[in-house]
Amino acid sequence: MGWAIALHGGAGDIPLSLPPERREPREAALRHCLQIGVAALQTKRPPLDVVELVVRELENNPNFNAGRGSVLTTDGTVEMEACIMDGNTKKCGAVSGLTTVVNPISLARLVMEKTPHIYLAFDGAEAFAREQGVETVDASHFITPENIERLKQAKEANRVQIDYTQPITKDMKKETPTADGDSQIGTVGCVAVDTHGNLAAATSTGGMVNKMVGRIGDTPIVGAGNYANSLCAVSATGKGEAIIRSTVARDVAALMEYKGLSLDEAAAYVISECAPRGTAGLVAVSATGEVTMQFNTTGMFRACASEDGYSEIGIWPNSMQN
Amino acid sequence: MGGWAIAVHGGAGVDPNLPPQRQEEAKQLLTRCLNLGISALRSSLPAIDVVELVVRELESDPLFNSGRGSALTEKGTVEMEASIMDGPKRRCGAVSGLTTVKNPISLARLVMDKSPHSYMAFDGAEEFARRQGVALVDNQYFITEENVGMLKLAKEANSILFDYRIPTVGLETCSAGAASVEAALQMNGLPLSVYAPETVGCVVVDGQGRCAAGTSTGGLMNKMSGRIGDSPLIGAGTYAGELCGVSCTGEGEAIIRGTLARDVAAVMEYKGLGLQEAVDFVIKERLDEGMAGMIAVSRNGEVAYGFNTTGMFRGCATEDGFMEVGIWE
Repeated sequence: MGWAIALHGGAGDIPLSLPPERREPREAALRHCLQIGVAALQTKRPPLDVVELVVRELENNPNFNAGRGSVLTTDGTVEMEACIMDGNTKKCGAVSGLTTVVNPISLARLVMEKTPHIYLAFDGAEAFAREQGVETVDASHFITPENIERLKQAKEANRVQIDYTQPITKDMKKETPTADGDSQIGTVGCVAVDTHGNLAAATSTGGMVNKMVGRIGDTPIVGAGNYANSLCAVSATGKGEAIIRSTVARDVAALMEYKGLSLDEAAAYVISECAPRGTAGLVAVSATGEVTMQFNTTGMFRACASEDGYSEIGIWPNSMQN
Repeated sequence: MGGWAIAVHGGAGVDPNLPPQRQEEAKQLLTRCLNLGISALRSSLPAIDVVELVVRELESDPLFNSGRGSALTEKGTVEMEASIMDGPKRRCGAVSGLTTVKNPISLARLVMDKSPHSYMAFDGAEEFARRQGVALVDNQYFITEENVGMLKLAKEANSILFDYRIPTVGLETCSAGAASVEAALQMNGLPLSVYAPETVGCVVVDGQGRCAAGTSTGGLMNKMSGRIGDSPLIGAGTYAGELCGVSCTGEGEAIIRGTLARDVAAVMEYKGLGLQEAVDFVIKERLDEGMAGMIAVSRNGEVAYGFNTTGMFRGCATEDGFMEVGIWE
């Protein structure tokens, strides 16, 4: 037993041809976030603090779809959501529809610690943010040129689909890969366990490119995109609608608890049997210091480390770039 | 085994001093809704349609805390939420922060059927509602005089949380007199007489073994504007899969943390428990200090319910003629 940490920057259709100028900054960010997370665990910071600080770092990085760098709604705006959960107490906090809050994950934590509620959204969440004095900025701060471009391409793809004679149904509506191939990347997250088996999970996102204003995904839904109990902590990423109906994060823990599967087996089962191919990825740690990172998409930006000295940073399957 | 089955609820956590007249009204409403569902099932309407139909009826009646008769936010307004789930492909739809939509459960259904998403909230949901042409009304429509009074009591109760003297404001429908007894019976930090947890829900399995579930609510009395509870969260307040359909009610926080609705299905799927066993297990093991209740149906035509609260408004019926409406144990 020992500490362990895993983090992700989104699962999706990340093409193997991703050019270095798009790949390297993200790998560097994953490495950096892993280092600060590991350092925090080594100085005995509680896992709840560790996952929050790592996700804050990912939110601040404009290369990931959370905080600054969030993908845009169909109106060209940013609506961010996040969720944090403490394994021991199963206390949780979630937020949706944030437009000016620099670090959604921290507001989620404040909802958990400073209100009698679990989940605050939109105007009410923004008002709470102001009451709490968290850092807020103009909504334009979060918008990046890449995301403006992604939105444009997503709208064009829809327009092209409309040109075909078939109506758009939910099953047909797919995101078309953009020039840089990562329009499907969604969500950042971090899970951690300390040497005492305390677990925590945190997930944050801008959602889905060209989403309808007011659309909520899996990230803030406890048990879907984020979950922690006394057995494990899980953060999921991918197509929100699929993760919600498969209650991905909860199911990993449920399989361990009700079927006695190991962390790895439970994660593998959920990823291969419960979520359709191309829709999901997750990172998870167990109370005994195990770590797993699995995905059924082309790739998932990820990194993990454990006290026994193991560490890994990767994008595609079985990637061992360090 | 087999055949259709249906259950409805009007909330877990009932004031033990609820006047008999109120209890009677509640039972009549539950009976009416049950009968509505039963007729629909007899004419072979699919489970998902029956769930929507029945929840609409519960929303339209001001008695329980959903649609008209919803609990009020701290601002004195109504913000409604709902979710619906169709077992066969686990399709789902949910809404939160509705202020003008007459039937939240129907908008949740439209999110499921007519949008590329699963969950829509606040302004975006209201805009979607407008585009879909659903019935819209002024927020005032949902507000009842009784709930305006309840809000006032809730605010007073909150300001003197650990004082057992609850001010007796003359409110006929609740036991304002038995203050010190109620002070011990609290849910979500409020005395039961004020808490008004009467979220509504319906679960159905049709003649073809298809399960569906739906839940609708105005949420917690005196909640912060923007607060979302368990009712619209798939896996917490609502869940339906191949094996069962579940709808929960009670302390939202406890239901979310315990992912109650999903856990009933999970213990059936992963531990092979039967429906009633699963419900009992979840109520006993997944609630810690939380207070909640639930109704459930299985694809085999069984119906079950469970609660660790003082009472739960509920009704259930199965194709073989069984029918029951109740409040207490």
